[in-house]
Amino acid sequence: MSNVPADLKYTRTHEWVRALPDGLVEVGITDHAQHALGDLVFVEVPEPGRQVAPGEPVAVVESVKAASDVYSPLAGEVAERNEQLATTPELINQDPFGAGWMMRIRPANAAVLSELMGAPEYEALLQAEGA
Amino acid sequence: MGRHTPLFSLHQELGARLVDFGGWDMPVQYSSQIGEHHAVRRASGVFDVSHMCVVDLRGDRVRPFLEYLIANDAGKLREPGKALYSCMLNESGGVIDDLIVYYLGEEWFRMVVNAGTRDKDLAWIREHATGFGVGVEERADLAMLAIQGPEARAKFAKLLTPAGAQAALALDTFFGRDIDGWFIARTGYTGEDGFEVMLPARDAVRVWQDLNALGVASCGLGARDTLRLEAGMNLYGNDMDETTHPLESGLAWTVAFEPASRNFIGRRALEDIKRKGSERKLVGLLLEDRGVLRSHQKVIVPGVGEGEVTSGTFSPTLERSIALARVPQATGEKVQVDVRGQLLNARVVRPPFVRFGKPCIQLHAASMRARTRKALPGGRHPPPPALPVSGRREGAAPRIAARHCPNALGRESTR
Repeated sequence: MSNVPADLKYTRTHEWVRALPDGLVEVGITDHAQHALGDLVFVEVPEPGRQVAPGEPVAVVESVKAASDVYSPLAGEVAERNEQLATTPELINQDPFGAGWMMRIRPANAAVLSELMGAPEYEALLQAEGA
Repeated sequence: MGRHTPLFSLHQELGARLVDFGGWDMPVQYSSQIGEHHAVRRASGVFDVSHMCVVDLRGDRVRPFLEYLIANDAGKLREPGKALYSCMLNESGGVIDDLIVYYLGEEWFRMVVNAGTRDKDLAWIREHATGFGVGVEERADLAMLAIQGPEARAKFAKLLTPAGAQAALALDTFFGRDIDGWFIARTGYTGEDGFEVMLPARDAVRVWQDLNALGVASCGLGARDTLRLEAGMNLYGNDMDETTHPLESGLAWTVAFEPASRNFIGRRALEDIKRKGSERKLVGLLLEDRGVLRSHQKVIVPGVGEGEVTSGTFSPTLERSIALARVPQATGEKVQVDVRGQLLNARVVRPPFVRFGKPCIQLHAASMRARTRKALPGGRHPPPPALPVSGRREGAAPRIAARHCPNALGRESTR
């Protein structure tokens, strides 16, 4: 059974979003996503300063099996990226909601966060997908 | 729902992730694909390959039939139990399938073909067998396990009677025989030593559990794919198919043009190609930049032309990305690969990449961190599918143990 922390927001494409005290939002992929992908061997995260739109493919995660896009959950500017993933992509497998964070975005409009799924809704989505 | 092997329920109990593979629900991994890969390179692992199709061929003209049917020469099979790897070609030299054939007796040969090609293979074999009076019997009553790795043979031998164990451990590479009621062959598809065992379906679960109890790891088809690619072995449907011929698929060594008197299906077409010279060749690639090579990525050969990656992955042993690619004949040592719109540098190397647990190619460690990506004009290519990704290309795997690896036990430089 996948871990779905109650304090995060989620997308239908299996990203999680955490509101940080400084106004940035932290983004990664969920436990369900990392499990479905398998051992990650390569991660490409966007350069800070890049403008991103909701639903835009902004990062790539590659497992032994396949490459997948990671989509921006909202509009904004990439403020930081997790540089450790370049050499240790397995952090996403080991700690998807913590050390495996991918990027921090400065949202154009923080209010849209409330439009993303909460944990109960995301759990329902996983159930519907047969996870 | 796909077809199930006799081990299907056990795979579920063991927590395997099951995917469709050539119409079969097969385990792609149990816990970690990389962990399973290393288990085989360093110790031992067991794979369910019961989806593959075992066909018994019987008749007093079965040898001349095989000499006509397949591109390698069944005439080479003179010692009982000897195995031969071959392609089965169509008239234009395209590869219908790759297979292993065992010589069990002058009137009895056994063939193992891929799961995804079973129906067309059986139809083709039956069509040609009629004229030779050869009987074609699919052995759906058999399960097939591959036990692979440096410790695999010794572990498996513990399941046999003392006399059986002695006989199994005495098998030469690429030989098989009936031992204790099971057909045991010293073949495989991983680049490690080991056995492939055909046994009555009712024995399969018990054998698997006994092997697990001996410390043999359950391994899925994901690890099987990274192991075979490191070993430089082709996968049917990826690296060759009916639109490609053996001479451009790294399989020229499996085509026996001698004796010249042997007429096999596809011979005339291959002789034409050989005379003119094959325009393309299959090579190994080692990615020098960071990233992962995947099948169908475009290969750019500066000043020469273009090719395509046929199989690509991350190599758990080398911790680098490796691939097989079909490229123009004049391709030299340096190429670039279009990885989602970025041109990455790759070096042409001669497979295998890894054999018997050891790298066979030189890694230039210094270049590993270098990032010399350039954007392609026109920007990103269509993105890959959204998360989560499941499933694999259809087309199952053959099994080759000891295809000659001139550098089998040591390291080699690229050329």
